Amino acid sequence: MRLEPRTDATLATTLAYPAAAFVLTLLVAAFLALIAGANPFAVLFQVLKGAAGSQFALLETLTRATPLIFTGLSIAVAFRAKLWNIGAEAQLYAGAVATVLLGTGLLPLPAPLLIPLLMLAAVLGGALLLLGPAALKIRLGVDEVVTTLLLNFVILLVVSYLLEGPLKDPMGMGWPQSKRVIADAQLPRLIQGKRLHFGFVLALASAVAVWLIMTRTTLGYAMRAVGANPQAARFSGIPVNRVLVWTALLAGGLAGLAGFSEVAGLKGNLTLDLSSNYGMSGIVVAMLAMLHPLGVVVSAVFVAGVFVGADAMSRAAGVPSYIADVMVATALLTMVTAIMLSRHRVRWR
Amino acid sequence: MEAFEILFQASFWVAAIRIASPLIFATMGELVCERAGVLNLGIEGIMVAGAFAGWMTVYLGGDLWFGVVVAALAGALFGLLHGVLTVPFGLSQHVVGIGVTLFATAITYFTYRVALPQVTSPPKIVSMQPLPIPGLSSIPVVGEALFSQTPLTYLAFLAVGVVAWVMYRTPLGLALRAVGENPAAVEAQGISVSAMRVGAVMAGSALMAVGGSFLTLSAFNSFFFEMVNGRGWVCIALVVFGSWRPGKALLGAILFAAFDAYQIRLQSVTGGLVPYQFFLMLPYILSIAALILVARRATYPKALMIPYQKGER
Repeated sequence: MRLEPRTDATLATTLAYPAAAFVLTLLVAAFLALIAGANPFAVLFQVLKGAAGSQFALLETLTRATPLIFTGLSIAVAFRAKLWNIGAEAQLYAGAVATVLLGTGLLPLPAPLLIPLLMLAAVLGGALLLLGPAALKIRLGVDEVVTTLLLNFVILLVVSYLLEGPLKDPMGMGWPQSKRVIADAQLPRLIQGKRLHFGFVLALASAVAVWLIMTRTTLGYAMRAVGANPQAARFSGIPVNRVLVWTALLAGGLAGLAGFSEVAGLKGNLTLDLSSNYGMSGIVVAMLAMLHPLGVVVSAVFVAGVFVGADAMSRAAGVPSYIADVMVATALLTMVTAIMLSRHRVRWR
Repeated sequence: MEAFEILFQASFWVAAIRIASPLIFATMGELVCERAGVLNLGIEGIMVAGAFAGWMTVYLGGDLWFGVVVAALAGALFGLLHGVLTVPFGLSQHVVGIGVTLFATAITYFTYRVALPQVTSPPKIVSMQPLPIPGLSSIPVVGEALFSQTPLTYLAFLAVGVVAWVMYRTPLGLALRAVGENPAAVEAQGISVSAMRVGAVMAGSALMAVGGSFLTLSAFNSFFFEMVNGRGWVCIALVVFGSWRPGKALLGAILFAAFDAYQIRLQSVTGGLVPYQFFLMLPYILSIAALILVARRATYPKALMIPYQKGER
C-alpha cells in the first residue's frame, strides 16, 4: 500500500475520520466495560454524567483541565518545533518547587506582587529544566527524548528528597509534604466554595498568548519553520539553535506554570502526588488538538472529562477507573491515524 | 574501604547479572527495532504488559515457560500495533511510541483490576529457581555470578548471541540492517521494506515483553504497578550507548546493572549519611551521562525515524 496526499479533501472527509476515531474510542471503552461485567451503555452514560452531568461535575472537569491546558500547551509548542520534550512532568514539579520555595513565607509580599513573582519563578524553574536537554541536543547532539524522559525520574526523586528534608512541613505529622503557601500566594477561587480557581483563567490566557506567539510573531513563524524542515529553515537564515532554545524556555515555562497553578490554586502545598501524570497526558492533549494552542483548551477539557467522569463512574458501577487511561490512549492512537487518513488517500497495489 | 570490598563479593555480581537480565532482553528488542529504522518508545508499556501477561498466565495455572511465551506473544501484538501505525501509515514514531506505552500500561492495569478486584497485597506465584550449571557454577565469583542464575537469565545471554548471529551472519540480518540504512536499496532487491520493518518491530517488542516478564517470573514472584519504573527508557539509552551493536549493548546493560546493584549496597554501607533518593537517581543520571559521553561519535542507523514510501526518494 502507499499513501498519496489527498487533492479532493472535502469538509466531509476531514470530519469523517476524526469522528470515526471518536466512535472507535467509545467502542473500545464499551468492550472493556463488557469485560468488566457491566452494561456498556450505562458505563458510558455514567462517565458522561460524571464529567458534565451537574454543576459540580462540570466545575470538577474544568479544575482537572487546568493543569492539562498548561502541559498541553507546553507540548504543543515543543512538538511544533520538533523538540521532543517528554519531560513536562518534571518541569511541572520544577515549577511547583519554585512556588513552594518562595511562597511559603520567604517573600512576605502582598498578593499583587507575590503572585506574579511566583509565576515568574515557576516559569523559570520549568524553563531552566528543559534548557539542559535542549542545550545537550544543540551542542552535543544528545537525543532529547531520552534525557527528558529520564529527568522525570530524577526530578521526582529530588522532590521526594526535598519533601523529606529541607522542604518538609514540620507540622505535617511526618508525611512527605511541604508547608502550605501563605495566604497572599494563593490564587482566588472563581466561585465561592468551589474548587475551580483563578489558575483556569491563567490557563485560558496562556492559550491565547501562545496562539498569538505562534501565529503573529517572528519567533512563532521561526518555530514552525524549524519544525517543518530544519535544513530549509537554516538555509533561509533562521537561527535554528536560538529558536530551539526559545522553544525550550517557552515549553518548559508553560509546564512550570502548571505546577504553580496546582500549588497556588488547588492544593496549597507540594506533595509527591501533585500531578497525576499531567506531563504524559499533556502529550495526548496536544496531539488531539493537532498542536493548535486554542484547540488544546478543548482537548484538555475532553481528556479531563474522561478522567473525572470515569472516577465517578468507577465509584458507582465498579468498573476500574483505569478505563479512562485506556480511552485517552486509544483516542490518541486513533486520532493521529484519523488525521493522517483524512489528508491522504490509501492506494493498495 | 567497605565500599570498595563490595566489588569482590560474589553476591554483588550475582545481583548485577540478575538486574541486567531484563535490561538485556529489552535492549536487544529496542536494538532490533532501531536497526530496522524504527524508534520504539512503546518499550516501557510493552515491558509492563509482558510482566503482567507472563505473571497472569502462571497465576492461572500455566507453566513458567508458557508464561514467557504468552508474554512474547503479547509483546508481538503491541509491536504489530506500533509497526502498522509507524511503518505503512508513517505516523510520528515519537507520538505512536508514547501512545503505545500509555495504551499498553493502561490496558494492563485495567485488566489487573478486573481480574483481581479484591486483592490488597499482590498475589504470589512460584517463580523460577536458580539452575546452577554443574562444573561451571563452582568457579569462584564468576561461576556464581554467571552460572547459578535462573534459566531466563541464560536465555537473555542466548538472545544476545542469536540477535548478533542473525544480524551479522544471515541474509535476513543483512536485509534488516539495510532497511535501517538504505530502504530504497532493499526495495530494489525485491524485499518489502514494510514487511521487514513491521516484522522487526514485532520481534523486538516480543523481546521487550520477555524482559518485562523476567521481573514477575524470575526476579520477583508477583506483579505490582510501577514495577518497570523507567527500565524501558534506560534501555533506549543503552542502545545508543552500545552504538546499536548487540555485544556493546550487552556490556552496557551489565555495567549499568552492576552500578545499580552497587548503589543499593552502598546505601547500607554509608548508613543514611546521604539521603537514599540520591542513590536511587544515580542510575538515571548515569544513563544521561553515558548518552552525553557517546553522543559525539554516535552513528545512528541512517534511516532511523524516517518513514519509507515505495517509489519516493
